[in-house]
Amino acid sequence: MTNYIKLIALGLITLFALIAANYARDLAYLINALTVALISGGLFLWVLKHTDEPEVRVDLSGEYMDGVVRAGVVATCLWGVVGFLAGTFIAFQLAFPELNFEWAQGYANFGRLRPLHTSAVIFAFGGNALIATSFYVVQRTSAARLWGGNLAWFVFWGYQIVIVLAATGYLLGATQSKEYAEPEWYVDWWLTIVWLAYLAVFLGTIVKRKEPHIYVANWFYLSFIITVAMLHVVNNLSIPVSIWGSKSVQVFSGVQDAMVQWWYGHNAVGFFLTAGFLGMMYYFVPKQAERPVFSYKLSIIHFWALIFIYIWAGPHHLHYTALPDWASTLGMVFSIVLWMPSWGGMINGLMTLSGAWDKLRTDPIIRMMVISIGFYGMSTFEGPMMSIRAVNSLSHYTDWTIGHVHSGALGWNGMITFGALYFLVPKLWNRERLYSLSLVSWHFWLATIGIILYAAAMWVTGIMEGLMWREVDANGFLVNSFADTVAAKLPMYIVRGLGGVLYVTGAVIMCYNLWMTVKRSPAVAATNHTVPAE
Amino acid sequence: METYSLLRQFADSWMLLVLFAFFIGVVIWVFRPGATKKYENPANIPFRHEDKPASDRDADAKEA
Repeated sequence: MTNYIKLIALGLITLFALIAANYARDLAYLINALTVALISGGLFLWVLKHTDEPEVRVDLSGEYMDGVVRAGVVATCLWGVVGFLAGTFIAFQLAFPELNFEWAQGYANFGRLRPLHTSAVIFAFGGNALIATSFYVVQRTSAARLWGGNLAWFVFWGYQIVIVLAATGYLLGATQSKEYAEPEWYVDWWLTIVWLAYLAVFLGTIVKRKEPHIYVANWFYLSFIITVAMLHVVNNLSIPVSIWGSKSVQVFSGVQDAMVQWWYGHNAVGFFLTAGFLGMMYYFVPKQAERPVFSYKLSIIHFWALIFIYIWAGPHHLHYTALPDWASTLGMVFSIVLWMPSWGGMINGLMTLSGAWDKLRTDPIIRMMVISIGFYGMSTFEGPMMSIRAVNSLSHYTDWTIGHVHSGALGWNGMITFGALYFLVPKLWNRERLYSLSLVSWHFWLATIGIILYAAAMWVTGIMEGLMWREVDANGFLVNSFADTVAAKLPMYIVRGLGGVLYVTGAVIMCYNLWMTVKRSPAVAATNHTVPAE
Repeated sequence: METYSLLRQFADSWMLLVLFAFFIGVVIWVFRPGATKKYENPANIPFRHEDKPASDRDADAKEA
């Protein structure tokens, strides 16, 4: 019966997508409509083929649902490499403008590829890592199988469709020009559906938990899911010009729109890249260190302080704009206050290792997690400092900001995700251990040196261009033209690109290592098989 | 009073107070007597049920 409903729904979606492709007003919409038609048409055929097969009902409540986590791990690795490659390529585009090839003008120039890179790393790599780890963690810490059966698979595949539609849309020119919220209205609507399903799966699992207490990692994950839903909906309130085209018009305008955008934008950092990844930290660091978190009390205070304060920090992106002074001061003050919970969390993560520091010498995975927490501490110090209005007058619009983002994203988000992946793969594929620890060490050092090259180059070029922009001569005339600053930045841009090459090399080594772990590592001797009743 | 001023005034007075009081309340509550002992159990959640969910029998046994 459900199969017939599915068939009707898929058939209608396919039909509508084909009509949409026919009436499409722009290329991005046309390609996206065809993609949707292809996916739903394929699913239609697949359901049709299996429609009269007898349903096999197996009671799976005695097992965790790990298939979707495995798929998430694979997707994280793949999107990670894609996103890092895109980033490295556009870094070289900035250093060598000839890489904006004439034949690819309008599709593969920096302006089109840049959102592809940011979305690929934040939402495809980071998002898949968050979804996969949250599904893993919530099951283990609730001692319950994921709620909702195949809904978790819907979340996984639905999210991949968002990524594909958004990415092809960017290259073909569909964008609403909001940083980190570039996808146009129909992708936003679809993401809302997927995200609510994600919330349902996660919350449903928590509701049916067997542990009386909700473990702190789940608090962080849950706040990430709820807040992102709220931010996403409010920031994407827009009215499509036509249902047959990708263009839409924002409901807010002017400074209100800017404020909503950076309320969203900064909390994408605060809740997507911080709260969610802190959820990872609170599970995987204790697991890898084999000791409980340093202070559970501190973790509760960390949680409430972080979510109360982060939500106000957005206005620091709009210093010296049309935003009222009180709002920009509010954003600045909250950003500085935010330093406290951030460092509280960092201390909590690092001190989890107290009494086990010797593991740093022998376990490269712990090393990865520790350096990620170190980078978390560093960038959550740098961020509040840069939000101070006087500092911001120097740093804003310069490469310093880009350096700051990358020390957070490559250092904190990247490294903690790598650590979690190295932890997860042997568990998920039932392997005794990783294929090679020395390859993990290689990855660690390549990534670390890559980040250092990146961040250091961006500090130098950022502060340099900030100073060059404001330099005036004795008569009050500006000394440097914009092109002068661009020319002066070339060496640092090359160093930055090289840092990216090292980082992406490390990620490729990781993929190889994980692949070989699944293929070659000895399987764990079966211990948890059900013992037949005698 | 227009809506903006009304909301603005509410936000920077009562609402601010409520949120702040809630936060201070959480901090005090976390440090309530006996909390350290109480939190030992949840802190160890990651080290249980690694391979499969708790069966209903486990859950009943815990409650008993």
